[in-house]
Order: sequence, then structure tokens, then C-alpha cells
Amino acid sequence: MTEQDPPPSLKNLESRLEAARARQQDARGTGDENLKAAPTAGMGLGFRITVDLLAGLAVGVGLGLLLDRWLGTTPFLMIVFFFLGAAAGMLNVYRTATRQGMAVGYSKGDDRRDDETPGSGDMGDKG
Amino acid sequence: MAEDKAHGPLAQFEIKSLMGADPSVVEFYSFTNSSLFMVLGAVLVTLTLTMGIRRGELVPSRWQSVAELSYEFIAHMIRDNVGSEGRKYFGFIFTLFMFVFAGNLLGLMPYSFTYTSHIIVTFAMAAVVFVGVTVIGFVKHGVKFFGFFLPAGVPIFMAPLLIPIEVLSYFTRPVSLALRLFANMTAGHTMLKVFAGFVAPLGIIGGIIPLGLVTALTGLELIIAFLQAYVFTILSCVYLNDALHMH
Repeated sequence: MTEQDPPPSLKNLESRLEAARARQQDARGTGDENLKAAPTAGMGLGFRITVDLLAGLAVGVGLGLLLDRWLGTTPFLMIVFFFLGAAAGMLNVYRTATRQGMAVGYSKGDDRRDDETPGSGDMGDKG
Repeated sequence: MAEDKAHGPLAQFEIKSLMGADPSVVEFYSFTNSSLFMVLGAVLVTLTLTMGIRRGELVPSRWQSVAELSYEFIAHMIRDNVGSEGRKYFGFIFTLFMFVFAGNLLGLMPYSFTYTSHIIVTFAMAAVVFVGVTVIGFVKHGVKFFGFFLPAGVPIFMAPLLIPIEVLSYFTRPVSLALRLFANMTAGHTMLKVFAGFVAPLGIIGGIIPLGLVTALTGLELIIAFLQAYVFTILSCVYLNDALHMH
């Protein structure tokens, strides 16, 4: 009797420990990547992508306008930089969405790009 | 009309001078309500931290826990995102976080002013981060820093197209950093005021719904206040890491 009693409870303990560890790891995994509470997580990502797109366009158009005023080539550079800015915005969105760093970061991005072949294929096609 | 404007949902973002007789006259040297709340934020943070470290005890008091928690939060953030090399930038990152967070929180009090809801404020901070990070990158890597703009393994004939895009993408950083914080704070506070504006006109019975919404939104804004300060700081860390650890 006394021999048999401890093992079940120990086994029980072990499984419970395992479960607790898994739970903790889960919490940690979602926790440090984005600390945002569950209800705002999707909203936050959406917002980030919107801002990324907008910022790309804003920087492109702004820089184009400034260069135009400086060089006196009025609409052309703005048009060129509009498209470049749009491309930069898309690139930022792509990086945000594929989690290759939050904005730039080739050291990390390159490694990861090698890992996921579909991603690298996309990049090549786009370029 | 003037009265409408004074009580509209956007009136909270108006800059008012606190020096002259006429609050609408704002010169570049004026001490405005925005300046007042920035000073208030800085004083509040300093006070909280000073109270926290005044008497270091083994079992921390409430003040001490606040100070220790915020210290550890930022220290971990830097260690995870930048590594041990980032430790010497702790002071700056910590100040950045505390200042933004204090501004977001102060703005949630009724009748207060949210200085992080002005894009010039957030952009100034983002620009400091951007310029600082770029300078650090240059000092550390020299000309190799330009390697940022041409990823390794790209065919050379793509460079004329890719380099401008990458440069623009790099210049997007401060703009998106500033825009994100500014837009979140402005949108949140406008929304709060709009819903709050429904409460009185709808009376006791109908007004309960917007009042409940305002209450819920205040809670959401509290989360956003922290989240945006966190995002602002962590992105600064990421940028710093990029500058420090490129190939």
C-alpha cells in the first residue's frame, strides 16, 4: 500500500508540472513579443500597418516636393517620389507583416529571408 | 460659433499661452499649457522615482516597487532588443519611455492637456531618436553604414531602383514613429470627447449609454497610453539595435 501510494501522486505531480510549464511558456511566448492585451492586438497591428503605409507616402511626397522646389522640376520628382514612397511604405508593411524586424534590419531580415523561400521569391518578383 | 468651438471635441488640443493677457497669442517663447504639462510630466516622473529610491528596502514599499518595476521593464526591454551593448543608452531610453508614458497618463485626467497629441512633440522625440541612432550607426560602422540601403545578394542592376526605396524606407522611420503616437492619442481623446458630448443632450435615460461607453473607452485609453509608450520605446530600441549590430 505505502509502496504504491506515492507513484500515482508523483506521476500526477509531474503531469501537472508539465502542464504548468507549458502554460507558462505559452504566456511568455505571446507575452514578450507583443505585450498588448488580447482585445487590442489585432487593432494594434492594423494600426501599425496603416501608419506604415501612410508614412511611406508622406515621406515620399514630402521629399519629392522639397526636391522639386529646390531643383525647379515642379511636378516630376514629386510623381517619381510618390511611387518610390508608396513602394517604401509597402516594403515596410511587408516587413511588419512577416515580422522581419519592425521596420528595417537587414542583419535579421536576411537570415530570415533565407529561411522562408516563398518570402524571398516574393521579394525578387517585386524588385 | 466661438462658443461651439470652445466646447468642441477638438478644443482640448488648442495651445494656449499662459503668460500674456490673451491666451490665444502664442509666441515661440510663450509658456503654454503644453509646456506646463511637459514640466508637470517631468516633475511627476522625477518625484515618483526619487520617492522610490529614497530608502532602498529589501521588502519594497509601493513607491519603491513602482521605481523598480519601471527600471526592470526598460532594462529587460533593452537587453532583449539591443543586447548588452545597449546598456549605456539606458538613461535615454528610460527617459523617453517615462516622458511619453507620463504625458499619455496625464492627458487622461479631465481638463488636462495631452502633449503627446501634438505631432510636433512626438516628431521632435522621434527625430532625436532617428538622428541619434543614425549618428551612432555612422560612428560605429563608418561608410559600411550605407550597406543598410543595399541588402546583400541583390543583383547590381536592381540597385538604382532598390536604393531609393530603401533610403525612403529608412526616412519613414521617424515619421511613422511620430505619427503612430500622435494619431493614437489624438484619435482616442477626440473619440472620448465626442462620446462625452452625447451624455448631457441625451438626458438621464439616454445618456447612460454614452456614459458607459466613455467609461469603457477611458479604460481602453489607459491601455493605449501604456501600449503606445511601450511601442514608441521598443521601436527606438529596435532602431538602436539595427544601428549597433549591422553587418
